Amino acid sequence: MTVQATSPAGIDAVPLRHPWRWVGATAIIGLVGLFLYGAATNKAYGWPVYRKYLFDHRVSEAAWNTLQLTFWAMLLGLVLGVILAVMRLSPNPILKNVAWVYLWIFRGTPVYVQLVFWGLFPTLYQKIQLGIPFGPTFFHLDLRNLSISFILAIVGLGLNEAAYMAEIIRAGISSVPEGQLEASTALGMSWWMTMRRVVLPQAMRVIIPPTGNELISMLKTTSLVTAVPYTLELYTRTRDISAVIFQPIPLLLVAATWYLAITSVLMVGQYYLEKHFSRGISRTLTGKQLEALAKAQSGAKEGHI
Amino acid sequence: MTSAAARPMVEAQQVCKDFGALRVLKGVTLSVERGQVLVLVGPSGSGKSTFLRCINHLETVTAGRLYVDGSLIGYRERGDKLYEMSPRDAAKQRRDIGMVFQHFNLFPHRTTIDNIIEAPVHVKGVGKAAATDRARDLLNQVGLSDKAEAYPAQLSGGQQQRVAIARALAMDPKLMLFDEPTSALDPELVGEVLAVMKKLAGAGMTMIVVTHEMGFAREVADQLVFMDGGVIVESGAPRDVLSNPQHERTQAFLSKVM
Repeated sequence: MTVQATSPAGIDAVPLRHPWRWVGATAIIGLVGLFLYGAATNKAYGWPVYRKYLFDHRVSEAAWNTLQLTFWAMLLGLVLGVILAVMRLSPNPILKNVAWVYLWIFRGTPVYVQLVFWGLFPTLYQKIQLGIPFGPTFFHLDLRNLSISFILAIVGLGLNEAAYMAEIIRAGISSVPEGQLEASTALGMSWWMTMRRVVLPQAMRVIIPPTGNELISMLKTTSLVTAVPYTLELYTRTRDISAVIFQPIPLLLVAATWYLAITSVLMVGQYYLEKHFSRGISRTLTGKQLEALAKAQSGAKEGHI
Repeated sequence: MTSAAARPMVEAQQVCKDFGALRVLKGVTLSVERGQVLVLVGPSGSGKSTFLRCINHLETVTAGRLYVDGSLIGYRERGDKLYEMSPRDAAKQRRDIGMVFQHFNLFPHRTTIDNIIEAPVHVKGVGKAAATDRARDLLNQVGLSDKAEAYPAQLSGGQQQRVAIARALAMDPKLMLFDEPTSALDPELVGEVLAVMKKLAGAGMTMIVVTHEMGFAREVADQLVFMDGGVIVESGAPRDVLSNPQHERTQAFLSKVM
């Protein structure tokens, strides 16, 4: 007897209806439509100005500068954050305490204040010299003669970010079960190798969602670097233009559109990263594995007939 | 001093372990000859797992001495003084001691085969191709040659534990420690893990096994040790201890588990 002959007919039930969802959706679409109509016909929004400046080369250049600020500051924050997190968790008391003091200072003061401070850095330290104290100098750099506000903006944002990233990464590392450390130790792995090969890859799953948040937040925090002062990023640039043409609303909308567009791209990237690092987490089999199992099953049945 | 080859594989002399003010091991003395299987039984909290973890220095011994293959675990002995070992040297000692855990502790982000080759490739520096060949061989030995590409979460508990045994064996240890290897398994999966362990014992591996499986102890062990309250209460050939326990604490324990 074959299995097919005895298997009952598939269930063909009437699906559950959700009338209130339709009512809710209709109401929301109606309200959004009204708002859009109002916005389109309201002259104060200045849509012609919006269209004119949306792809203005000064604005797109500013958007590029914003992206670069975000990228470099985040990279600095990430690298330093990993180092700080590993230091905080290391068995070495010196590293542990240095990391703690760093976090205490950089999380304990506003990022705006830090950015102003970095802007004043060349006033505090006019020259950078490399040499032996009270002895000969090998390297000399005069900070006052350089236009380094872009670098200082990155340093300011990155060092602040590192403190937050360190906590996110530490939470990720702590989320990895202790048994993983024991198994690695028992196999003869060093503490550092255990971190690199076993703990951090598993911590990534916990680290990535809040890091995506931080990245998006960083994109918007770049609007504060005017404190350094660095003025060529998106928000300050559009504000400068609007100050000249007396049209603040359309240029705010231009800036908002760019921020939203960049954030959308980042969210797509985050989705793929999360997918990559969730390897081996789910018991759910992939389509390929299910196919292979089904094939094995039908093969076994044919054998029985 | 006798040569290393003549000494037993594991020698514990008055091993004590404190956790803060709490003394968990109160002077454990035993020895395991090469190729012998020692089964350690006792109620939970008796210190048997702690003793096992001391052997590969996952825990540091507070007093007494522990030797594996003639070398002192965790310290260097020079004259009558002991020097704390560097993490690097301690890791080197652990390479030769395989350990299997109650909860398997496989690396969930790596496939079965990658779990097994991880330590040989990155700790011992074996070539990846050679390590993979050896890993397939080991998977075959534990009866899982078709699971090489599966992730641990896709395996049953018994299969995971067999992979964990293969992973430990991949380092070619001279001693294998089993910390309640079947306690987290469904009853119908216990047999497949014990079968692998029996095969291993038959092949001459020196083993120390903490378990509640008295049938396994009776059949495989050369020496059965009953621990309670951080001390060895009774030890001897498994048949004698199991069928004719001398101490009343042993009798009480065995009447509950058998």
